[in-house]
Amino acid sequence: MPPPDFLLRYFRKVLAGACAMICTRLTLTRWLFGLLAAYVAAAALLIAMPHARAQSLDAALAHFTEDSFDDTDQGIQAVVASGSPRASAIIQALSDGRLAYDGDKKKIYIKTDAQVLDAETGQPVTPAPDNLDTVRLNNRLRQAVAAALGGLTLMSPDRAARLSAAQAVFKSRDEKVLPVVEAALAKEADAGIKTILAQTRAAILLGSDEATEPQKVEAVAAIAARGDQDALRILNDISADAPPAVTKAAQSAIKSIQNQLALWSAVQNAWYGLSLGSVLLLAAIGLAITFGVMGVINMAHGEMVMIGAYVTFAVQEMIRAYNPGLFDYSLAIALPLAFLVSALVGILIERTVIRFLYGRPLETLLATWGISLILQQAVRSLFGPTNREVGNPSWMSGAFELGGITITYNRLWIVVFTIAVFVALLGMLRFTRLGLEVRAVTQNRAMAASMGIRTARIDALTFGLGSGIAGIAGVALSQIDNVSPNLGQGYIIDSFMVVVFGGVGNLWGTLVGALTLGIANKFLEPYAGAVLAKIAILVFIILFIQKKPRGMFALKGRAVEA
Amino acid sequence: MFSFIRTAASGPLARRLMGATAGLALSLSAISGASAQDTIKVGILHSLSGTMAISETTLKDVMLMLIDEQNKKGGLLGKKLEAVVVDPASNWPLFAEKARELISKDKVSVVFGCWTSVSRKSVLPVFKELDSILFYPVQYEGEESERNVFYTGAAPNQQAIPAVDYLMSKDGGSVKRWVLAGTDYVYPRTTNKILEAYLKAKGVKEEDIMINYTPFGHSDWQTIVSDIKKFGSAGKKTAVVSTINGDANVPFYKELANQGLKATDIPVVAFSVGEEELAGLDTKPLVGHLAAWNYFESIKNPANAAFIKSWKEFTKNPKRTTNDPMEAHYIGFNMWVKAVEKAKSVEPDKVIAALPGIETPNLTGGTSKMLANHHITKPVFVGEIRGDGQFDVVWKSKGLVSGDAWSDFLPGSKDLEADWVTLKCGNYNKVAKKCGGQAS
Repeated sequence: MPPPDFLLRYFRKVLAGACAMICTRLTLTRWLFGLLAAYVAAAALLIAMPHARAQSLDAALAHFTEDSFDDTDQGIQAVVASGSPRASAIIQALSDGRLAYDGDKKKIYIKTDAQVLDAETGQPVTPAPDNLDTVRLNNRLRQAVAAALGGLTLMSPDRAARLSAAQAVFKSRDEKVLPVVEAALAKEADAGIKTILAQTRAAILLGSDEATEPQKVEAVAAIAARGDQDALRILNDISADAPPAVTKAAQSAIKSIQNQLALWSAVQNAWYGLSLGSVLLLAAIGLAITFGVMGVINMAHGEMVMIGAYVTFAVQEMIRAYNPGLFDYSLAIALPLAFLVSALVGILIERTVIRFLYGRPLETLLATWGISLILQQAVRSLFGPTNREVGNPSWMSGAFELGGITITYNRLWIVVFTIAVFVALLGMLRFTRLGLEVRAVTQNRAMAASMGIRTARIDALTFGLGSGIAGIAGVALSQIDNVSPNLGQGYIIDSFMVVVFGGVGNLWGTLVGALTLGIANKFLEPYAGAVLAKIAILVFIILFIQKKPRGMFALKGRAVEA
Repeated sequence: MFSFIRTAASGPLARRLMGATAGLALSLSAISGASAQDTIKVGILHSLSGTMAISETTLKDVMLMLIDEQNKKGGLLGKKLEAVVVDPASNWPLFAEKARELISKDKVSVVFGCWTSVSRKSVLPVFKELDSILFYPVQYEGEESERNVFYTGAAPNQQAIPAVDYLMSKDGGSVKRWVLAGTDYVYPRTTNKILEAYLKAKGVKEEDIMINYTPFGHSDWQTIVSDIKKFGSAGKKTAVVSTINGDANVPFYKELANQGLKATDIPVVAFSVGEEELAGLDTKPLVGHLAAWNYFESIKNPANAAFIKSWKEFTKNPKRTTNDPMEAHYIGFNMWVKAVEKAKSVEPDKVIAALPGIETPNLTGGTSKMLANHHITKPVFVGEIRGDGQFDVVWKSKGLVSGDAWSDFLPGSKDLEADWVTLKCGNYNKVAKKCGGQAS
């Protein structure tokens, strides 16, 4: 329906044209009379038009006051059918959970941050009505809403809105939107959106009873070009009683997509393995220092990771309370703090407990196990036993598609972060004075002491360094795991496994060990399942240690005995 | 990874340390026991440390609150109630030791406790031998009915089966293909066995069911989530039925959200995820995923509002959530109080005899009844996760559902019946007509 102001303009134009032609011939009175009549007609239309529309929108909105999913579904269709310019705002509000109703007055409102709008007119309502209930959705309706919104915004001038609209209608494959899709396809200039729209059209045709056989065969080709799991889903969905030419084309398309996806799945396993390996490396790298370099069996290593995660939580809480704008930087702020806190706790443990137990591995094991229980219970009393929420900054949320695999940002950043930590640690041990002294003390304590190195201080600092690195591992792990007092327990055995497998006292060994275990695990998992894959890895390590007790890269000579 | 080694290797050591704390707790409770002669003692057997502390601490708190409220109402049989709290530290054998200590040393009249099925199985012989009462508040796999145990959580027919029915319905999305994902232990394995038999009875084909188990505390869900995606691309509407336990849920849902698996594509319905578990998550990407319970905090009625209010006041924390097992304790405690009043005694034999038939209001607007098989009647709700971490009820059962101890969908179990009133038997075989029929 054309908008009334447009109609008015149209009448004026006609009148003006009529005037130009007729004025000269007719008397002024006749002309005035004509003008009056036209204005009356236009005014009548002006009054009648919005009224007619309002009624249909009004009737559509009434469905939302029933608090029943079936009624809401009818409401969505009716709002779309009303053709009102308010429709997309209303459906958007419904999708965001901002559409509310007053059950007594049977009125529908749109809630915004600051005010409450009348859904029908879009005007703010003052005073804002209270006791509003939100119009509820379930998954079936959410799909209907997405499809409706897609249909309404396909012609939007905003490219991002059109893109998400195209994706939504592709997912819904609703036959009703076919005309809209075809109209949008004819107008669309953006190549990416055009492809999605063409695929949407193909997907709708495939499911439609009216499409002809050649149309369907063509549609199969268009869908097959996508080559992903969505394409597979649509092609698999073609009913068995479709024309043989169509099913044949679909079968061969399915086969080629599956072959392609099988190849990608190997790449995907490799990536997942790399990602798991980097998590293992991150958890183990601190231990590679305390256990690998110093020879201290530190059962409280996992708790250092946990402390790092809780520091992240505390930092995020502060940011939420005082400066929410900084949230995306919360991890960067948490990193140095987590390092410091964990390192201090580590130094404290070393100075008060471990230094009295050097050379007595069993006692160290028992004592640090006890410390780990104490730390866990302390955190439990301080922060409570339940999980705490550590949010993902926006740059760590979501995923992107790379060929046939989905890469999530949080995993990607953890891989990058692990590499950075590894390189930094390697550099520190190789190029700084502290690194030199650490290496000297671990290689030959007596000699280093006689050279004037304060070995006790180096012991404490090395232990602090290992603990601090565990702390920053906690910052990263808080992004993918629970932040609970038990966080560390899940990583301690893995960490020991990696260090022992890679070779005690060798950072490169830890790197290779972590990646080998991660990748082997992920290649086994699709075939053996998560439980058996772990058992298999474990058996493998037991056998491996039998053969090479010092791990993959054993340090030769005096180094380990020091 | 490899977390099972830790328990295996550190078990004896852990137990020794636990033993020390146990001794301390024991001497403390002995002191308090001597001072109060004229009280009725209520044992609380929930882990306050270790992996299960995350879920069980809340139940200890709610019991303390209920006992406190009962005392304010004047106690029971003219005596005050006294809570005896012990910490079995998420250590299954320690549960049995602690149960024995509660019953024989502290002389408690009733015990409220346990969460995992393995902890319940570990204390069963103790309750049988010493003839006491256990109220067990958590949804479980069924296939059990003991004279000394009262099951106030859901049996599979009060949670799992209605949830699957909902997903098969039009509103649930007419799901045709199923992923049964669970943590590798007794509850998920038995529940999935029941569900698999149920789905097949409903005409779902073998190739449309995928079963997947993961270890406790599994944190790397990349492979499994992408497997689910792949499984869902077969053209039929797919859903995931999750019996994934506590701690592993957060990384699972995080991975779901990050890989962009939306509830409108593949909904996940969970049986172990409540308000408490969601507290550690940003739930905005998870809106629409489902959970099936017999109680949700968001259910509006005066009894629930009052309960939530007193819970927040009792814990002095306006952010504390309530959940389903808490309601189960609420019902169980009130049933026990009523039964004691009816029997005019706290003696276990009399209370056990008085309990079946007792009715008390639940928090969702109905009245739950203790049945002869020691399970209760409850309503079933399916809720969708909201952006604020609460649930929105999208389906509820018509009326209350009676808990069924022995599933009708497992061979061997379907012939069994539990009836402690007339048959005096927890596993009566209807075919062989004798007590003691074994489930396969």
